[in-house]
Amino acid sequence: MTTSTRPEYPAGGPQQGYPAASPSAAGTAAAQATDLSKVYGSGETQVVALDRISVEFRRAEFTAIMGPSGSGKSTLMHCMAGLDSVSSGSARIGDTELTGLKDKKLTQLRRDRIGFIFQAFNLLPTLNAIENITLPMDIAGRKPDQQWLDRVIQTVGLSGRLKHRPNQLSGGQQQRVAVARALAAQPEIIFGDEPTGNLDSRAGAEVLGFLRNSVRELGQTVVMVTHDPVAASYADRVVFLADGRIVDNLMDPTADAVLERMKSFDAKARTS
Amino acid sequence: MLRTALRNVFAHKARLLMTMLAVLLGVAFVAGTLVFTATISDAYKKSSQQGFTNVDVAIQRDDDDSDDRPSGVPDFTQRTLEQAAALPGAKSATGDASGFAALADKDGKLVGDGWATNGGNYYAGPDGKGTDPRYDMKRGKAPTRAGEIAIDWKTADRTGYKVGDTARMSVDGPVRDEKITGVFKTDDGNVAAGGSLVLFDNTTAQRLFTKPGEYTKINIQAKSGVTQAQLKREADKILPRDAEAETGKTLADDEAKEIENNLSGMQTAMLAFAGIALFVGIFIIANTFTMLVAQRTKELALMRAVGASRRQVTRSVLIEALLVGVVAGVVGLGAGVGIGAGLRALVGKLGEMPDGPLIISPSTVLTSMVVGIVVTVLAAWLPARRAAKIPPVAAMGSMHAPSSTRSLVVRNTIGALFAGAGIALVLYATSMDDGKAPLGLGAGLLLIGVFVLTPLLSRPLIAASAPVLRLFNVSGKLARQNAVRNPRRTAATASALMIGLTLITGLTVIAGGIQNAIDKMASDSLKADYTVSMANFSPLSTDVEKTLQKQPEVTTTSALRTVRATVKGDVKDLTGVNGKTIGDLTSLDWKKGSFAGLSGGRNAVVDEDAAKDQGWKVGSHFTATFQDGKKEQFTISGLYKGNEMIKGIMVDNASVTPHMHKVTDMQVMAKTKGGATSATKDSLEKALGDNPAVVVQDKEDLSESIAQFINIMLNVLYGLLAMAVIVAVLGVINTLAMSVFERSQEIGMLRAIGLDRRGIKRMVRLESLVISLFGGVLGIGLGVFFGWAAGDMIGSSIDTYELVLPWGRMAIFLALAAVVGVLAALWPARRAAKLNMLAAIKSE
Repeated sequence: MTTSTRPEYPAGGPQQGYPAASPSAAGTAAAQATDLSKVYGSGETQVVALDRISVEFRRAEFTAIMGPSGSGKSTLMHCMAGLDSVSSGSARIGDTELTGLKDKKLTQLRRDRIGFIFQAFNLLPTLNAIENITLPMDIAGRKPDQQWLDRVIQTVGLSGRLKHRPNQLSGGQQQRVAVARALAAQPEIIFGDEPTGNLDSRAGAEVLGFLRNSVRELGQTVVMVTHDPVAASYADRVVFLADGRIVDNLMDPTADAVLERMKSFDAKARTS
Repeated sequence: MLRTALRNVFAHKARLLMTMLAVLLGVAFVAGTLVFTATISDAYKKSSQQGFTNVDVAIQRDDDDSDDRPSGVPDFTQRTLEQAAALPGAKSATGDASGFAALADKDGKLVGDGWATNGGNYYAGPDGKGTDPRYDMKRGKAPTRAGEIAIDWKTADRTGYKVGDTARMSVDGPVRDEKITGVFKTDDGNVAAGGSLVLFDNTTAQRLFTKPGEYTKINIQAKSGVTQAQLKREADKILPRDAEAETGKTLADDEAKEIENNLSGMQTAMLAFAGIALFVGIFIIANTFTMLVAQRTKELALMRAVGASRRQVTRSVLIEALLVGVVAGVVGLGAGVGIGAGLRALVGKLGEMPDGPLIISPSTVLTSMVVGIVVTVLAAWLPARRAAKIPPVAAMGSMHAPSSTRSLVVRNTIGALFAGAGIALVLYATSMDDGKAPLGLGAGLLLIGVFVLTPLLSRPLIAASAPVLRLFNVSGKLARQNAVRNPRRTAATASALMIGLTLITGLTVIAGGIQNAIDKMASDSLKADYTVSMANFSPLSTDVEKTLQKQPEVTTTSALRTVRATVKGDVKDLTGVNGKTIGDLTSLDWKKGSFAGLSGGRNAVVDEDAAKDQGWKVGSHFTATFQDGKKEQFTISGLYKGNEMIKGIMVDNASVTPHMHKVTDMQVMAKTKGGATSATKDSLEKALGDNPAVVVQDKEDLSESIAQFINIMLNVLYGLLAMAVIVAVLGVINTLAMSVFERSQEIGMLRAIGLDRRGIKRMVRLESLVISLFGGVLGIGLGVFFGWAAGDMIGSSIDTYELVLPWGRMAIFLALAAVVGVLAALWPARRAAKLNMLAAIKSE
């Protein structure tokens, strides 16, 4: 077992100074899928992307969703985040059932309760860093909490670059702006879709470190889709998907352990 | 490569449609303008053509004023006519006795309003028993005595008059009721255009238009085998004084030349429009292809990566352009013909358009196709070269929408130079007496300069909209930033609108100033309540004044007569007035002296400019030689400030009437008890026999009748420019749609993080609005500047001219620009709102 790929995070216990959204009565689940299915097309050409998946993402936990290409990991995230519609079953954010919500409500929910970090195109090229960070709040017409904002900016180390446009920032810096944007609005949950996919390993490690810190220190909930075992090793828990089903679950993963599991799925897939 | 290009054209149907549409519009605009202008020119040309088919030699007045008296109304006698007929080479000879003759339709309205309404003689030979070879009676028979007329076949069609009907008409004022005895065929261009021709018997025509036994012109037809030149040599021998003989061919050539001259102004204007059309067309096409290639960076880079050479990439883009150009050129030509026909119908409804076929000349077809194909290929050339330079790696990397990174320094410098030179020239032109050429050149330079500078101007001007856009929160902010994101593209989009609005505003400003000047002139210089004249300012019978004087409500009148006389070797028009009453009917700005002493005497008043030219002062004398060869001496008794309505030398009627060949008035001014009211006007019109040809106008009517002319002109120009605006709308749609397409990932991201569909729509709409208003503000600003400069030049010749900013219309134009923006954004905004947001998130 190696821990070399898992750098130590600054001192300070988990949950400390957590000012995020109040925990709801529904217990510790920040998001939950029950018998969630997603089917594309019909008849001969029907493709089942998600096959009756039930999964729970707990508050203040950093979850990674892993799986080979076409396993449905991105689809699961899209459905959970209200970006895509569900064929059957239920997807909830906190107490709110997403299935059946109209576009307007869904948009509001994404705006107010969810944060996003994408692989690319996270930032509007016409806005500078700070404008990009406060964009979701601008859209909502809310004033950002200045103290919290300062703290987030401090944490991601962007203080000197707030007036820079995205094209004046490196790829890593851009992704840090994206992380800051996701954190700034204090959403109930942050979804990341391969957030380090376009970064070199050093910049990727930085971004992942921030995400993990936000969970440990700020009590943020993060769900991240990735195919990189090293990225997954930053998470508290890894959920493995294959062929639209959840096939495994790993707590406190390391990169090697994740790689092991992945290999075994590949082997199973070949033999089955 | 051809296959790749073909595949490309068909693979992206929406993109293909947009490009096609852009080219098609450009071509349609050019073709429409060309068809319309050719049609109008041709129709006007035909309308002023008289047939010379039956004329081999004409004996007419010699316009050469080498004599010391002005050549007067011609007076060819019956003897000359018979001499001409008796020439050995002559087959027959006819004499003309023609002039103005107004005909009322069955409702009492003037037939052929706006066109020449002519009267002529039916010359039935010396014995009155022959036929006139000029006119072929289609129905009925030729008029033989007073009270009988024949009308042309087109007028018969238009009015529904038949042989045997009685028609009301007027030649010089009094109403005449005439019996229609015949309908004749004529190839007279004016009739074809919409005018009318009425024939009287020879004696009546002479009494009305010349003098008994006299003709205005003699036409000779040659015997077969006799050339026109031979006949002319024979005719030269019988010429009376002040007359000349011309062959039919020379006359036709001269006429053609004259028509050409008269139309050259109009044709230049029309060509200017075609030029603008071409410019805007080229613009849209180039713009579209630039965006098209920008969008396809990856695709083209992929082709490079798999081994296509630069030349191959360039060629594939060019072939695509060629295909698009050919198809869109053909369709655009068809659409353009439709636009031309529509415009003609529209202008025809305003009643100011002669009939005529739609002219689609080979040059129209050629120009349209050249625009479609050559311009498209050329417009694609630069982007194609740029495409070839795309490095193969570009296929790999993910990239943000390309923003223009090339420096604008060179562009701005060039633009500033052009604009500076343009402004300097325009200002210089306004300080000149006749600065048309520098003004035109300056305007052109400035327009190009501003056009080149638009990217630079876009930032501050669009930034100025920030306070308003802030009301729309994030959508407003993003719209503003998107609008300045690619200054070149924004500039290109706004320019099409700018050019149209510059012209519209400039013309409106000038027209408004002129209108105002005319109003002022009428109210400032006239005290008379009414002026009475013929519909087209042809001579008025002196009976009209007599009739007016008999009316109880009329208190004062003065007839105005125009007489030609030679003064110090120059031919001048002397205006005869009633010296006793004219002072009560006009209000002139006297520099010295007054109308006093004009009556009955040998005094004259003159405007100060004319006096300055001649070196006259009050008390100076001059001698006038009249058409009858007699001389009179006049003494200057007053100097006044002239204007467009009243200027020149005025003398008492008593001094000029004896020298007039035929005594007629140009106009009668009248003052009534209680001023101008509609009841008084009705009663005066009734007293004059509800005559279709006689116009009774108060001051308002006077300025309105001039305004009407200005308005019709403006309407035609608005019509043409409306096309420019339509093209601008489509240009904006095109740009926006492409921008939305380019930014689909950004839009998807915005949707994902919580901007709802309405917000997205609003963002696109506001961007469109901002760009359109930007173009609008630039255009209106430039238009006002040009209007001011041109007006300043006009002002030097019209004293009452002053700049009147048509705020109302300018507001309408700005609103129009806003509407253009909103309309253009409808579809792109919907498209943007419907974009699948997952597209943004799914990594490529």
